[in-house]
Amino acid sequence: MLTTESLKRIDREIAKYPVEQKQSAVMAALAIAQEEQGWLSSEAIEFVANYLGMAPIAAYEVASFYNMYNLKPVGKYKLTVCTNLPCMLSGGVDAGEYLKKKLGVGYNETTPDGRITLKEGECMGACGDAPVMLVNNHRMCSWMYPEQIDKLLAELE
Amino acid sequence: MLDIEIDGKQVQVPAGSTIMDAAQLIGVYIPHFCYHKKLSIAANCRMCLVQVEKAPKPLPACATPVTSGMKVFTHSELAINAQKGVMEFLLINHPLDCPICDQGGECQLQDLAVGYGGSASRYDEAKRVVFHKDIGPLVSMQEMSRCIHCTRCVRFGQEIAGVMELGMANRNMHSEIQTFVGRTVDSELSGNMIDLCPVGALTSRPFRYSARSWELSHRKSVSPHDSIGSNLTVQVKSNRVMRVLPRDNEEINECWISDKDRFSYEALNSGERLQKPMIRVDGSLREVEWNIALDYVSHALTDIARTHGGESIAALAAPSATLEELYLLQKLTRGLGSGSVDFRPRRRDFSSEGKLAGIPWLGLKLSEIKDLDAALVIGSFLRKDHPLFAQRLRQLAKQSGQVSLISVTGDDPLIRLHSRMTVSPADLTRALAAVVKAAARIKKVALPVGLESVEPCAVSQAIAESLLAGEKRAIFLGNVAEQSAQAAQLHALASLLATLTGARFGFIGEAANSVGGHVARALPTALNAYEMFAQPRQAYVLLGIEAELDCYNPHQAVAALQQAALVVMLTPFKHEAAPDYADVLLPLAPFTETSGSFVNTEGRIQSFNGVCRPLGDARPGWKVLRVLGNLLAIPGFDYTSSEQVRDEIVAPETVFVAGLDNGIGDLALSSDPASKGLQRIADVPIYFADPLVRRGAALQQTRDAAAPTARMCAATLVQAGLSDGSQVRVRQGQGEALLTAKADESVPAGCVRVAAAHVSTAALGDMFGPIDVERA
Amino acid sequence: MAILGALNPMLTVGLDGNNDRDWRLDAYVKRGGYSALKRILSKKMPQDQVINEVKKSVLRGRGGAGFPTGLKWSFMPRAFPGDKYVVCNSDEGEPGTFKDRDILLFNPHSVIEGMAIAAYAMGAARGYNYIHGEIWEVYTRFEEALDEAIAAGLLGKNILGSGFDFELFAHPGYGAYICGEETALLESIEGKKGQPRFKPPFPASFGLYGKPTTINNTETFGAVPFIMNIGGEAYLEAGLANNGGTKLFSVSGHVNRPGNYEIPLGTPFSTLLEMAGGMRGGRKLKGCIPGGSSSPVVPGATMMDCTMDYDSISKAGSMLGSGAVIVMDETTCMVKALERLSFFYYEESCGQCTPCREGTNWLYKIVHRIENGQGRPDDLDLLGSVTTNIMGRTICALGDAASMPVQSFVKHFRDEFAYHIEHKKCLVPPDVQRAGSGFFKATV
Ligand SMILES: Cc1cc2nc3c(=O)[nH]c(=O)nc-3n(C[C@H](O)[C@H](O)[C@H](O)COP(=O)(O)O)c2cc1C
Ligand code: SF4
Ligand code: FES
Repeated sequence: MLTTESLKRIDREIAKYPVEQKQSAVMAALAIAQEEQGWLSSEAIEFVANYLGMAPIAAYEVASFYNMYNLKPVGKYKLTVCTNLPCMLSGGVDAGEYLKKKLGVGYNETTPDGRITLKEGECMGACGDAPVMLVNNHRMCSWMYPEQIDKLLAELE
Repeated sequence: MLDIEIDGKQVQVPAGSTIMDAAQLIGVYIPHFCYHKKLSIAANCRMCLVQVEKAPKPLPACATPVTSGMKVFTHSELAINAQKGVMEFLLINHPLDCPICDQGGECQLQDLAVGYGGSASRYDEAKRVVFHKDIGPLVSMQEMSRCIHCTRCVRFGQEIAGVMELGMANRNMHSEIQTFVGRTVDSELSGNMIDLCPVGALTSRPFRYSARSWELSHRKSVSPHDSIGSNLTVQVKSNRVMRVLPRDNEEINECWISDKDRFSYEALNSGERLQKPMIRVDGSLREVEWNIALDYVSHALTDIARTHGGESIAALAAPSATLEELYLLQKLTRGLGSGSVDFRPRRRDFSSEGKLAGIPWLGLKLSEIKDLDAALVIGSFLRKDHPLFAQRLRQLAKQSGQVSLISVTGDDPLIRLHSRMTVSPADLTRALAAVVKAAARIKKVALPVGLESVEPCAVSQAIAESLLAGEKRAIFLGNVAEQSAQAAQLHALASLLATLTGARFGFIGEAANSVGGHVARALPTALNAYEMFAQPRQAYVLLGIEAELDCYNPHQAVAALQQAALVVMLTPFKHEAAPDYADVLLPLAPFTETSGSFVNTEGRIQSFNGVCRPLGDARPGWKVLRVLGNLLAIPGFDYTSSEQVRDEIVAPETVFVAGLDNGIGDLALSSDPASKGLQRIADVPIYFADPLVRRGAALQQTRDAAAPTARMCAATLVQAGLSDGSQVRVRQGQGEALLTAKADESVPAGCVRVAAAHVSTAALGDMFGPIDVERA
Repeated sequence: MAILGALNPMLTVGLDGNNDRDWRLDAYVKRGGYSALKRILSKKMPQDQVINEVKKSVLRGRGGAGFPTGLKWSFMPRAFPGDKYVVCNSDEGEPGTFKDRDILLFNPHSVIEGMAIAAYAMGAARGYNYIHGEIWEVYTRFEEALDEAIAAGLLGKNILGSGFDFELFAHPGYGAYICGEETALLESIEGKKGQPRFKPPFPASFGLYGKPTTINNTETFGAVPFIMNIGGEAYLEAGLANNGGTKLFSVSGHVNRPGNYEIPLGTPFSTLLEMAGGMRGGRKLKGCIPGGSSSPVVPGATMMDCTMDYDSISKAGSMLGSGAVIVMDETTCMVKALERLSFFYYEESCGQCTPCREGTNWLYKIVHRIENGQGRPDDLDLLGSVTTNIMGRTICALGDAASMPVQSFVKHFRDEFAYHIEHKKCLVPPDVQRAGSGFFKATV
């Protein structure tokens, strides 16, 4: 189900917790599975659950609670724009609108070429850099004014 | 103890109590939804908010520990405002269509809304819609928009059923109770979630929309399905059982029942009910009037006794027959001059007979299980054989009790086990002997003769140690141990282990009257349940028995019945095989249509009344047997009520029967290594176990009711030249069955798990013992 | 980003936001790092003495509630036989707050050292730092810093030969604001949904895995080495009585230089505003949320008279909270601002308590319809009543956090809400609102 590389990373996470508390690694394990496969299929969630010795529905509870997990397939790049108030005051909402127009899709939609899924996000703890957006959960982009957005889009092939 | 005051009333409560506990002690009702006495505290519904002196905010009664001198106000303005506020929130997204809700009339939300709800809603946005789900044939999730997120069902799974099948997915107001991607809920205790659900979100699928709660009359009864004797409330409308619910009895079933207790009632209303006596005329069974049928039976029995001798007659009863039926059957059989009467059709080994000190029983009270420090269960499909007994052990293990298992398959009991051994049926004695030996060594006691060849392993050592630690320990023998060909050896070894360790020991018991049959003396003085078929008789009287499904060796039983001159069946059902061998079918009233008694595994006698009139011409067994006794002119059959029969068996007002004793006289111990060759492991699947569950329509659609397969571990499959999914012919002596082979690592090497009690395996022989498997 | 300015800095002393090596162990040690831990261990300083020093500093929790840290540490059972834990709360998700991210990016070892000292003082042998999911690069960097510390013998078994063991790990968040609430955070580390637990029992007696646990904010731990170095009293004196030390303020919104500023508690708001480059476009301050989105909004004029400390902000009817200062000028539509915040609390409610699950959604729907010209005359009273029914009736403070903005926005900007309802449009013209964000202007 997962590559040995991913399993190795998961094992490293498991080792952080007391032996009888493997379940503690579920968040990291789901993130790793998602990194590998782009999204969390129910097979992937069940695999992780079994790997950690927890009920599949318990792993699903986690996967559906935290909003950085993709329970449906997304584009090659998931672009999450923060529109929360501090960002909004400095252009977060405008940046979202700008992206919608450029990409021709709305929030929670994917460009027809399957490249980019646009998402609206909550505060990312980087309000001083507003407008901010995340690429595939792990790469944060700061001060995303039109010019920077254009540059980013050109880069995301 | 702490002194506190609730609504001006003084109450003394133990430290650690919550305000809710304290209020219940003095009968003050605090509204609540998520709180449940048997579940962990969630404090999420917020309905139980009360005012506490000096606390600035209202506090949840269910979760707030009392402190000395605390003053609680459950009806102050602050409290009422808080409760009303919560009620408004609960209702804004809840459909307000009680008249069309299945829960209407028995809904806690509806009840409380009357007291705490506003008259008009201030919320006029679109209401949340939650998609319905299909989680199997028993529990309906059709109306999930009604869910109030109390999470009782989720906690029930995690804490009581021992398996988390439901969870609350998502967050915020999109939180939703669901299974993992469309899975079914398969727990044998799942129906309790219906009772726990305070609203109409989880409902009974078979019952849904078949009646309104206020049309039902509530009658007390006792479950006939296992040895616990769960207390039931049976709900009846127009002489028809519509629903079965648990009746709280802390000492027995607490507030739970298993799904078979709850849903087997569908069989009572099934088209297979036998409603008129039938007699074989010219090869086929014809309906006749009672007087003709009984006349026929009494004449035929008299004839056979006269020509072939009384011993040519044998009688076999189901262990779930009532105490009164069992008693009258043995009395009748003996009156006919036969000592061949029994009530243990799935027993093989009777060599302890005559050596028993008394009536085998659990060895302690059910309510004492929670206080054990350690328990060992030998030979049991725990969860499926005894769902609520397993539940008690689950709670024990969750506290600090050490529960160990010696079993014939690696089925997951959903109990946190201290240790377990999984061995072939033939190795059960050796496994138990190893524990005995380990215990003897630890205690530095001389080793008993016969166990020389046994060597304790680490696990047997661990089990012995756990049985030697702590104050209260117990050893339990399960159904497999009683059905085993070495039942007496296992009994003797368990007894020895108990003596060595100071543990109590006993039998979990297969059925509702596994103890009661002894009390009723439905025990052979001539041929026992196995011998009466091994040595075919001229006449058989079967009470509640479907021989091809209920006997240790169905092949042999059916053959004996087929050659007999007379087979009389007292049965609630017509069934497929009966035309083959039955000469007379007498419609027997099931437990809901007769009065009677069950003696549960702890020796507690529970009498009950019929909850409705017998269907058609069915009649209570005790009445049928009484009339037969009269017709046969056997003295002492002049009963006018079942109570009179009972009073002849046990002293009036008896709660626990006398004579319970698991002692066993000297028995030579042997622990010969297991025999070679493939061995059969026959479980009795939970929904095949008795004639009622077999006909429970919804139960038959569950995963537990899947048709038997031939299950083997990979190694055994390879050895037999098979693979997962092969069609195979399994054979025992003359009998054979065509099945699908399944890989199953929980089956010990050298064994094939082939369930009993199912038509597809009814042609096979012994439940345990040699079996051949070959590609079909 | 980086820390843009500081007065009398402690946490940010010697940091240069543009230097990519400042966060490394050697740079930290050069700045005096780990000297506190080394001294404590080599002197075998009594645990009580460490806690007393923290008590004397009147360090108040920087995560939002402002609870005195030394007091919290003293709640940990001393003689408990089993495992104990210290947990750092870096799940910074409170809108407006972005200081912990910078601390971990530029000064991770201060947090590691602070946690080690805390663990020593409370007898814990294991710790976790729960890091907000969206700042993944911080998570990886923190793990690198941990590796450095382990390699230097500053973490792990028998630290610096003292016999004291402390193992520290990073735990990733993955997108749930509620996990900033300390008990939700513990549930999350246990591999569950982040649903807060009812208290009591408090984490000090029943925390992670049911064991005694102390949770502090990143900045709180980060301040500890400095307190131990300069002494509790000196730290206290850096701030005000009852408001010890310096604090990082995250300034966002309509200012010229949004960013983090470390200032002594008690510094005038106007000074902070000046440090942040003043109001964008020289416009007027309309309102300010001084302590993260959950704290009540303060009208501009009142705010200008405040000093940045717990007491002054409290007197102004709000809370210092996490020190996130959201600045709004007159281009801001207060209804739209509240609508966005209400959406946030509805979205982030964990969903377990009835009043929060249902109420936050209801609040959002009401504010949403006002913003969209469908408000009704009694909506403002309804908002008041719904918030009253939520506040103080939930397991955790998210219910309150969702209600306080609603109450304060309606209270201070009632006319603007009424205008929306009556005229079905905003007092602030749309193009003025747009201009305020500076988004398009930035390109020209
Ligand atoms: C809804 C909610 C969100 C919170 N988010 C955070 C957070 O992101 N970071 C944080 O340190 N504390 C947060 N807190 C406060 C924590 O519960 C806790 O009080 C704090 O971490 C304790 O650390 P301190 O004493 O050092 O402030 C939050 C509280 C609530 C109720
Ligand atoms: S107040 Fe909201 S977020 Fe907090 S526990 Fe309750 S439902 Fe969850
Ligand atoms: S019963 Fe107390 S909160 Fe639900």
